[in-house]
Amino acid sequence: MTDLPLLTVSVSPHLKSGQSVEKIMWTVVACLLPPLILSVFIFGLQTLIITLISVISCVAVEAISQRLLHRPVTIKDGSAVITGLLMAYIIPPGVPYWIPILGAVMAVYVAKHLLGGIGFNIFNPALIGRAFLMATFPVAMTSAWLPPIRDGAIFKYMGSGIDAVSTATPLYLLKHYGSSALMEKFGSMPAIYGDFFIGWRPGCIGETSALLLLIGGLFLIYKKYITWHIPVSMIVTVGFLTWVFGGESLFTGNPLLAVLSGGVFLGAFFMATDYVTSPSQGTAKLIFGAGVGALTVLIRLKGGYPEGVCYAILLMNPIVPALEGWFRPKRFAPQKGAQ
Amino acid sequence: MNESLLTFPKGGVHPLESKTLTEHSPVEILPTPQEVEILLSQHFGAPCKSIVKKKDLVVEGDLIGEVEKGLGANIHTSVTGKVKKIGVSAHPISISVPSVIIETDPEAGPLERSASDWEGLSRDELLGRIKKAGIVGIGGAGFPTHVKLSPPLEAKVDTLILNGAECEPYLTTDHRLMVEHPEDVMEGAKIILRILGIKECHIGIEANKPDAIEALKEVSGKTSSNGFSISIDPLKVKYPQGSEKQLIQSTTGRIVPGFGLPFDVGTIVQNVGTTKAIYDAVVYEKPLYEKIVTISGRGIARPANLLVKIGTKLSDIVAFLGGTKPDLAKVIMGGPMMGFAIPTLDIPVTKTTSGVLFLTNDEIDINPHGQCIRCGWCLDACPMGLSPNEIGVYVEAGRAGDTSQFGVFECFECGCCAYACPAKRPLVQFIRLAKMKAKK
Repeated sequence: MTDLPLLTVSVSPHLKSGQSVEKIMWTVVACLLPPLILSVFIFGLQTLIITLISVISCVAVEAISQRLLHRPVTIKDGSAVITGLLMAYIIPPGVPYWIPILGAVMAVYVAKHLLGGIGFNIFNPALIGRAFLMATFPVAMTSAWLPPIRDGAIFKYMGSGIDAVSTATPLYLLKHYGSSALMEKFGSMPAIYGDFFIGWRPGCIGETSALLLLIGGLFLIYKKYITWHIPVSMIVTVGFLTWVFGGESLFTGNPLLAVLSGGVFLGAFFMATDYVTSPSQGTAKLIFGAGVGALTVLIRLKGGYPEGVCYAILLMNPIVPALEGWFRPKRFAPQKGAQ
Repeated sequence: MNESLLTFPKGGVHPLESKTLTEHSPVEILPTPQEVEILLSQHFGAPCKSIVKKKDLVVEGDLIGEVEKGLGANIHTSVTGKVKKIGVSAHPISISVPSVIIETDPEAGPLERSASDWEGLSRDELLGRIKKAGIVGIGGAGFPTHVKLSPPLEAKVDTLILNGAECEPYLTTDHRLMVEHPEDVMEGAKIILRILGIKECHIGIEANKPDAIEALKEVSGKTSSNGFSISIDPLKVKYPQGSEKQLIQSTTGRIVPGFGLPFDVGTIVQNVGTTKAIYDAVVYEKPLYEKIVTISGRGIARPANLLVKIGTKLSDIVAFLGGTKPDLAKVIMGGPMMGFAIPTLDIPVTKTTSGVLFLTNDEIDINPHGQCIRCGWCLDACPMGLSPNEIGVYVEAGRAGDTSQFGVFECFECGCCAYACPAKRPLVQFIRLAKMKAKK
């Protein structure tokens, strides 16, 4: 008998696709990097520092949480890195550096690991982090907006003096002063569309460049890591409902401005598509995306905040299990009498 | 051309085919081993009863195991020699089963069998020859063929489907059979059509076997059709194209109802290997005691397609092919998607062994599994429209008994879900557990 090494015995299938959670997560990280690099040129070098602090905090909190809860430490899978990036991307570029550290504790320890870790969190952790910061540090989180840098002076906002330069976001101006105020500040509408599409506008760190977020999102769709359903239904709903209800009278709102402002692109491609907190089937995805879009417009037009993407997604998150139950995959041929 | 390939619409995956290792290797005859270990359970149903005893002399093709009662199929010796022992042998699935061990007579030469004309035989005579020869469905579960070919009268069977899909990666036995013996397959199809009293037959073959498709088309063009309508249907390369329900849908568009059988939609499916065995049983009155087996994988010195006597131990096959390689990690009986991993080579080939794979660490994935991230890829992969993700989570939470709502009993364990899962979750294992618990 030939010498045989110790053989592995396990249940079929014995082949696995080359995909892995790590591959998916690190690809998403790569798709999120271009907006970060651009943000340095829009808002200055401190955006990079805030983001690094956010990412390092999230990874550290993940490692500590898993140790505390006696679970395997999985920081290498990249999911805490994504949480860190996304949380930094949705906070203003002029916040104090300690802000994301507190957000990370809430996002990763409370919203993710206390609920069972990856796969079991009901809410998107990064959004919970941001909602927590909004509730506890409302001044820092709603006034640390910076006017975009036009002259390449990326060290401009480093250190102190942020209060002196703080500005208002386009959605704030729109909500409280109307589109004439917007044009007064940012120029003609075509100029606004161009600037907003590329990313040169006040806003959160990583949300401003619709162009780079779109490229990253399309790449994820091309890789089949996400599908078109949620981004398309969410963006179309925001545009449509703003056009209907967002103007002085019905059907006079500006849909293009609505989707290019705030966090619509970031939310549509990178947050509402989070596997854990969004549905996994086509019809349920379309409804989820439309729900997020509708709630976004509702909050923007009728709520107390100028922007609503964060809360819209958080409000839709807990509906996901119900959506999954209502829209099960179509069975090949179910047993008669079966559910 | 690719657009016109037939397929099933829902689910499926595209694993690396790895068929180039053996697809162009002609079938070689494995020299008769010194000893064979013939299992008395090689079919769906209770084990056969041995009708020989120690020291009996037997001749190749002699009956050694008979069906006592219920479903079953006769078992014959694959060699000429002396019965050494009636005992128990290791079995890849049932752990151990009764067996007959026969020492080969080295003097015995190959047995000559002459062809006879089958056209004059009645339906019952044809079925009798198949039953006597112990034919079972050699592509899968080993269901006795004479039973399958006697559907209840109320089942209005109008179409025979021959399964030449061979969708499992690595395996090339059906492929080589169709390339090397297309006439026998075609003639076997006509025998089955005669038995069933029908005209229509589809031979489904995945498009990655163009030479097999060509060979069968050529034969069907040459021979007289006798009023039969036999079409060769190229199928899209997609696993599990050769699964019975998917193949029926691909070739006829009919959908077998949940828990139903192919004859509920007027079809009967036979593997092409079984069809060749039926041909041999009817024309040569040859029992099923040898078969083509693909020996492949990067862990064996020389991958090959071998004609193997049933009862040959894997260790004899490995020795003939020059041994295993040092980085061998897993040995599988069957295909890599649905086959069984085995811990030893001291296991004999049975009627349903289609391949033995020797896989290295590079070919398998031994990463530990993680928690379900709810990506939903298993939902897209499942050809039956089930929810493997939910079943897995339920099983882990100790609620395996509540999983019939996700269709756990409709699962035929093709493995697409576990293949697709990026968290490497053992979803088929979870589903098997769920089936055990949910029954109660």
